Amino acid sequence: MIEIKNLHASVNGKEILKGINLTVKAGEIHAIMGPNGSGKSTLAQVLAGHPAYQVTQGEVIFEGQNLLDMEPEVRAHAGVFLAFQYPVEIPGVSNSYFLKAGLNEIRKSRGEEELDSMQFLKMLKEKMKIVEMDPSFINRPVNEGFSGGEKKRNEILQMAVLEPKLAILDETDSGLDIDALKIVSSGVNKLKSPKNATIVVTHYQRLLNYIVPDVVHVLVNGRIVKSGGKGLAMELEANGYDFIREEMQQSA
Amino acid sequence: MSETIEELVSQEYKYGFTTNIETDTIPPGLNEDVVRIISKKKNEPEWLTDWRLKAFRLWKTMEEPRWPNLQYAKIDYQSISYYSAPKEMKKYNSLDEVDPILLETYAKLGISLTEQKRLSGVAVDAVFDSVSVATTFKETLREKGIIFCSFSEAVQEHPDLVKKYLGSVVPYGDNYFAALNSAVFSDGSFCFIPRGVRCPMELSTYFRINASNTGQFERTLIVAEEGAYVSYLEGCTAPMRDENQLHAAVVELIALDNAEVKYSTVQNWYAGDKNGKGGIYNFVTKRGKCLGENSKISWTQVETGSAITWKYPSVILQGDNSIGEFYSVAVVNNRQDADTGTKMLHIGKNTRSTIVSKGISAGRGNNTYRGLVNIGKHATNSRNYTQCDSMLIGNQCSANTFPYIEVKNSSSSVEHEASTSKIGEDQIFYCKQRGINTENAISMIINGFAKEVFKNLPMEFAVEAQKLLGISLEGSVG
Repeated sequence: MIEIKNLHASVNGKEILKGINLTVKAGEIHAIMGPNGSGKSTLAQVLAGHPAYQVTQGEVIFEGQNLLDMEPEVRAHAGVFLAFQYPVEIPGVSNSYFLKAGLNEIRKSRGEEELDSMQFLKMLKEKMKIVEMDPSFINRPVNEGFSGGEKKRNEILQMAVLEPKLAILDETDSGLDIDALKIVSSGVNKLKSPKNATIVVTHYQRLLNYIVPDVVHVLVNGRIVKSGGKGLAMELEANGYDFIREEMQQSA
Repeated sequence: MSETIEELVSQEYKYGFTTNIETDTIPPGLNEDVVRIISKKKNEPEWLTDWRLKAFRLWKTMEEPRWPNLQYAKIDYQSISYYSAPKEMKKYNSLDEVDPILLETYAKLGISLTEQKRLSGVAVDAVFDSVSVATTFKETLREKGIIFCSFSEAVQEHPDLVKKYLGSVVPYGDNYFAALNSAVFSDGSFCFIPRGVRCPMELSTYFRINASNTGQFERTLIVAEEGAYVSYLEGCTAPMRDENQLHAAVVELIALDNAEVKYSTVQNWYAGDKNGKGGIYNFVTKRGKCLGENSKISWTQVETGSAITWKYPSVILQGDNSIGEFYSVAVVNNRQDADTGTKMLHIGKNTRSTIVSKGISAGRGNNTYRGLVNIGKHATNSRNYTQCDSMLIGNQCSANTFPYIEVKNSSSSVEHEASTSKIGEDQIFYCKQRGINTENAISMIINGFAKEVFKNLPMEFAVEAQKLLGISLEGSVG
C-alpha cells in the first residue's frame, strides 16, 4: 500500500523527520507511538502534503505512485485520508455540503458518477450511525461549535464517507472521554477491510486497547527506533518512553 | 499558500465586450444648455426641466466629498458626455422591433428579454447607456395595476406620480453626486405597486454602460402603496475600457403603511485591470423611506465590481413599527477601493433595523464599512443590530470599519458586533485533504462567510451571486 523510504522533512528550516522507513500493506493497522515532539504528527502531515513542511530527502510510494509529487487533493483522490488532530472550522459551510463536495471530487477523479443530494444524504445518514452522530450535524457548519469529541467523531464520519485506502489517524484519541473513545474506535474497526490500511498516530497506549494494531513503531527524535507487535505498546505503557531512550544510549 | 492565492485572485472580467451600435451621443461637457438638451430630448414637462436646473445650479456650488476612504484621480466633469443612446430610439411596441444587436448584447450578458423570462418569473427593464431599451411583461403587470416602465416613460405617462415622489427621499441637493444625477439623469426604472397588491414576479433592471466617455446617471423610483409588496433586482455590467467611467445613480424607495420593498443588487461593473487602470467610478445614493406604519424596506447588495465604490443604501424609519434591513457583501480585489455601508435613521416608535455587512478584501483591495445608526428622541423602544465581518485574503489588502452610533432616547437598544478574519492556510489544506482543490476551497470558504447575506437574495440571484463571487476571487472565468 505505502512504502516510506528514508524520509526527511523539516519545518522552517528545522529538521523534524530524520530518515523514516516504513512499509504498510493492505489490511494492516500500524501504530506509531512516541514521546511529544518526536515527529509523529509531522509524519502524518507530510504524508497528507501540508505545505508548511518541506521534504528534503527520501521518497514515498503509494500504490505504485510517487506520493510526494502529488498535490494534497490529488493524494485525497488517490485514497489518502488524514483524520486531523485539530479539525478545522469552516463557518457557514454545512457539514453535508462540505463532505458532498469532497466525495464528488474524489468520485470524479475515479471516473465514477457524482452523487446527487438525495443519494448522498441517504448514504450520509447510514454512515452517521457508525459513529453514533445525531442527524442535526448534517446541517451544522463544519466543526463550528463542535466539542472536542464531536470534532473527532466528525473526522471518522468523513473517513467513513470518503472510504480511503489509507487512513492516517493523528492523535484521534486526544481529548476524548472513554465513551467517545469507544465510539470512535469501533467506527475505525467497522471500516477496516482487507483492502485498506490504517496508520494510527498516538501518544497513549489506551487507544490500542480498542484499535488493535498489527505492528507498533516507536518514533523518537525523527526516527523509528523500534518496531514490534502489540506487546511493544504494553511495554511502553508500563515503562514509559525512557526505557527506549536507555536502550538507544546503550546501543550507542 | 500566498503564491497560490496570488494566482487565484488574478481575475478576468467576462462582460468586457463592447457593442458596435450607432449612438446618439451629445458632446462632452456640462452646462445649463446640456441640462436643457437632455430634458428636451426626453420631451419633459417644464417643472422637471426646472427641477433639473435647480439641481444643476446647486451642484455648481457644492464640493465633491473628500471624507471617503478612497483613492482616485480627480474627475473631470467637463470631459464626460452626459447623454448617449442607441440611435433611432423609438418607442417599441414589442421586442421584435428592438435592434437585434442590442438583444444579442443582453443575451451575451445572460439576460433574455424575451418571453422566456416568463418561466423564471422575472420582469426585466434593460437600460443601455442612457436609455431604457425594453421592458418585458408590461401587460401582465398592468392587469394588476402595477406600473413598471422606464423613467422617461413614467414622466410622460404618469407625471403626477413622478412629481409627487421624485426627490421625496433623496432631495436634489442631498449630496454632490445626487445633485449631479438630478441635473442630468437620463433614464432608469419606475415602479408603482398600488394599494394591497403583491407583485407576482420579481422586477428587474439591468444596467449596461456601453459607449466610451459617457457617464451613466440613472434614476430609479419605487413606490409601494398601503399593503403592497415588491421584490426588485438590479444588475450591472460595463465593457472593459482603459479610462474610468462615472456612474452616479439615485434610487428612491417609498413604502406606505404595511408595505414592503425588497431591493437586491448584484453589482458587477468593470473593476479596472490588475494595476488599477480603467474601471467604473460608482457613486450612488440609495435611500428608502418607510413612510407608513409597519412598513419594511430591505436592501441586499453583492458588490464585486467598480474601481471605486461609494454607496450607502439607507433607510429612513419614519413610520411607527417600521423595519429597515441592510445585507451586504462587498468584494475588493486588485486595486479596487470600496467605501460602503448604510444609514439607519430611526424616527418612528418601535422601529427596528438590522445591518449585516461582509467585506472581503483580496489583492491590494481596500474595503471600508461606514455605517450610521441614528435613533432619534421620539424613536422610543427602537432596536438596531449590526454585524460587520471582514475577511482578508493575502497580505496586501486592507479592511476598515467606521461605525457611527447616535442614540437620543433611553428606551432603545443598539448592538454592534464586528470581526476580522483571514482565510487560513489550514482551512484550505483541510479542504484539499478532503479532495477539494484550492479554487473550490476558497470559493466555499468565502461563500460560507457570506451566507447570511446570500440567503436574503431571491433564489435565482443567489446562485448568480455565488458564481460571481467565485469569479471575482479566483480567476477561473468560465
